[in-house]
Amino acid sequence: MRARWAWSLTAIILVGIMFSYTQDEIKTTSVLSFSLRYAVPLIIAAMVGLVCERSGVINIGIEGQLLMSAFAGFFGAALTGSLILGTLFGIGTGLIMGALFAVGAVSWKMDQIIAGTIINIIATGLTSFFYVQGQVLPANTPIVAIPILKDLPLVGPVLFNNGLFTYAAILIVIILQIMLFFTIWGLRTRAVGEKPSAAETSGINVQRTRFINVTLAGGLAGIAGAYLSLEAAGTFERGFTAGRGFTALAIMIFGAWNPMGAFAAALFFGLTQGVASQLQADEVVAIPPQFINMLPYVMTIILLALVAGRVRPPAAVGKPYEKD
Amino acid sequence: MTKQPVLEVIGLTKRFPGVIANQDVSLTIHEGEIVALLGENGAGKSTLVKMIYGLYRPDEGEIKIKGEKVRLSGPREAIRRGVGMVHQHFQLVPVFTVAENIILGDEPRKLSFIEMRKAIREVNELSKKYGLAVDAKAIVQDLPVGAQQRVEILKALYRHADILIMDEPTAVLTPQETDELLQVMKGFAANGVAVIFITHKLREVLAIADKIEVLRGGKVVGTTTPAESDQGKLAQMMVGRSVLLSVDKTPAKPKEKVLELVGLSAKNDIGLPAVRGVDLIVRAGEIVGIAGVEGNGQRELVEALTGLRKSTATSMVINNYNAIGASPHKIHGFKVGHIPEDREKDGLVGPYSIADNMVLNRFDEPQFSKRGIRNMDAVNSQTTRLVAEFDVRTPSIKTSVESLSGGNKQKVVIARELSAEPTFLIASQPTRGVDVGSIEFIHSQIVAARDKGAGVLLVSAELDEILSLSDRILVMYDGQIVAELDSENADRVEIGRLMAGGNSSVSNHE
Repeated sequence: MRARWAWSLTAIILVGIMFSYTQDEIKTTSVLSFSLRYAVPLIIAAMVGLVCERSGVINIGIEGQLLMSAFAGFFGAALTGSLILGTLFGIGTGLIMGALFAVGAVSWKMDQIIAGTIINIIATGLTSFFYVQGQVLPANTPIVAIPILKDLPLVGPVLFNNGLFTYAAILIVIILQIMLFFTIWGLRTRAVGEKPSAAETSGINVQRTRFINVTLAGGLAGIAGAYLSLEAAGTFERGFTAGRGFTALAIMIFGAWNPMGAFAAALFFGLTQGVASQLQADEVVAIPPQFINMLPYVMTIILLALVAGRVRPPAAVGKPYEKD
Repeated sequence: MTKQPVLEVIGLTKRFPGVIANQDVSLTIHEGEIVALLGENGAGKSTLVKMIYGLYRPDEGEIKIKGEKVRLSGPREAIRRGVGMVHQHFQLVPVFTVAENIILGDEPRKLSFIEMRKAIREVNELSKKYGLAVDAKAIVQDLPVGAQQRVEILKALYRHADILIMDEPTAVLTPQETDELLQVMKGFAANGVAVIFITHKLREVLAIADKIEVLRGGKVVGTTTPAESDQGKLAQMMVGRSVLLSVDKTPAKPKEKVLELVGLSAKNDIGLPAVRGVDLIVRAGEIVGIAGVEGNGQRELVEALTGLRKSTATSMVINNYNAIGASPHKIHGFKVGHIPEDREKDGLVGPYSIADNMVLNRFDEPQFSKRGIRNMDAVNSQTTRLVAEFDVRTPSIKTSVESLSGGNKQKVVIARELSAEPTFLIASQPTRGVDVGSIEFIHSQIVAARDKGAGVLLVSAELDEILSLSDRILVMYDGQIVAELDSENADRVEIGRLMAGGNSSVSNHE
């Protein structure tokens, strides 16, 4: 049922894109490129939420993890003069934030919402306090065009002429999809998120599985954070993740806790954003810019209202694991 | 037997804060033997097997598996040494397939990838070998309880268990399924598997055990064999005093109708029809028992009758009041008592004191409150009286109800409901998770309520309870009442067949 209307929607969008492409090649390409760039951090951040929730942990601290790693990535790169080192700083910070969250939400069995909120508060506080103005990146992140593929009409310029983070996001989704459903790690992770006591009695260490997954997910948040400051914005401002960590959770839900589903949801999200911006730029519709800026949040609410009650989260999500 | 025992437990002690769950427990079991662990709830059976399965670590004593002293770090190591466990609450992932559940934690692999085809093949082979029919590709949550249990057993066998612990495996089964399971267990023993069988059903123990270990208060109080004992002796060992196993009651004298129900239908939690057109009459002075495997609409029926669940009915008259669409509070006011099947969820507020729980649905009656101010003296004196009368074992009436044992919690619920002197009592699984001594007491209270003139609707998954208490027996299957039997002529086998959905082959009429 659900799959059918999702496929129908996809088909309609594809036809719409084709039609638009026949009308105006350049504009269509630019809108789609914008949409993809907009979607990349949401895609990766949704994967963070997905890995955590599939293991039974609600990670509401993604926002803070993004912010901290965007901060570390930017200032790391600015101070060392190396984009690669900046990226590694970002990922490392993400891992540390992930581990920190895991200590609270898994090891200490804190209420997961509170543990996540703490992460967000820490991140807001530290990044505001240590923020300094006037730093710049040593260089722009390189655009890597993939030979041959880049010359394909429409998909070439949109998909195969991007920064490395964009390719990374797509790879992460594919790899996670395969890992979650075809590997031992995936089976065990899902068991831990659905029924931890069954996993435990099957000889799986629930706490360790959760700790590792939540920490590694933090590393993914590090990639998304580094993308935001190094590739997407090229700078860092206080609080500039602007709720993407929460939007990503909505996208994860809309994608029914499936990597491919969340990927599609994020693209759809990006597309509405791209189309709205273009309509405004063309002055097709006279919408004040404030309404365009509101769009991600309004979309989040609409998406959640649409799927509320129709998708089923992992059964054990949100519950710290207690033996018996 | 001169052979070395496969499992030896020597002087195990396990303490939890405030309780000694196991004290100096010893046990030996040989290849091909079935040892029954018999005891009341809280006697320490589960704690003992959880230590053998590595879920708990003993404080003192040692465990020897196949002659080797072991310190189990967790289930993984127990599994490696051949210990398997079929849990009372199935440890299966509901959304996984049968095969996924069976291989979980011990997956056939190529690199890190699961070889699902191989897994399915192995499950099918295992299923054939032991005569445990399952569909490897079915999703576990779609399977009936009996099939889920087969998956749970296969899961242990897949790990090559030669010491198989079965924790109350028959609690969820129909009589026929129970008999089949007992045969399967005998088959395991014949194949050299050592089976540890936990139960509190005396009949089953006597039927298949080679050796019976009786636990009470965390200690082994006796070791015996079926040949040397009988139900009465075993019950006495379990409880520590002689127990009346049959309920002493006079024939019913049914009077006016307290419930007249026509065409009741209700849906279950996921919106599927659960009660499908039930007609039911209960009269004052009789106990009407509803037998059935759990999940056939009994819960929804009771919730509809008590106003906890939306339902539709042509007519629902309780004590001459029209009860269609009435709220639980209103129905309570029709002099209806309700002993819910899940006392923790629907019967008690765990953190509240016994006193508050005793007036949970009556706190606003004039004797317990005036103008919105509670009269605690009245509540406390009422509670003190009921605690004594219903033999609730508690240090104080201020004790929170959640710290009481299952039997004592249930006595609080029953005391509250009966103290309101209902003329219609709905008792759903009234002795679930209650020790043998308390069962005896609860049964006598239900009969006493009947003799005082209440009509009782008894819903129970325990056929023995239905048979010993009821004056009339109804069998519920798939949301409908499929048969009515007179308790005089009721026959276990026949009811069991009806519970499993069989047609009435033997006519109950003359």
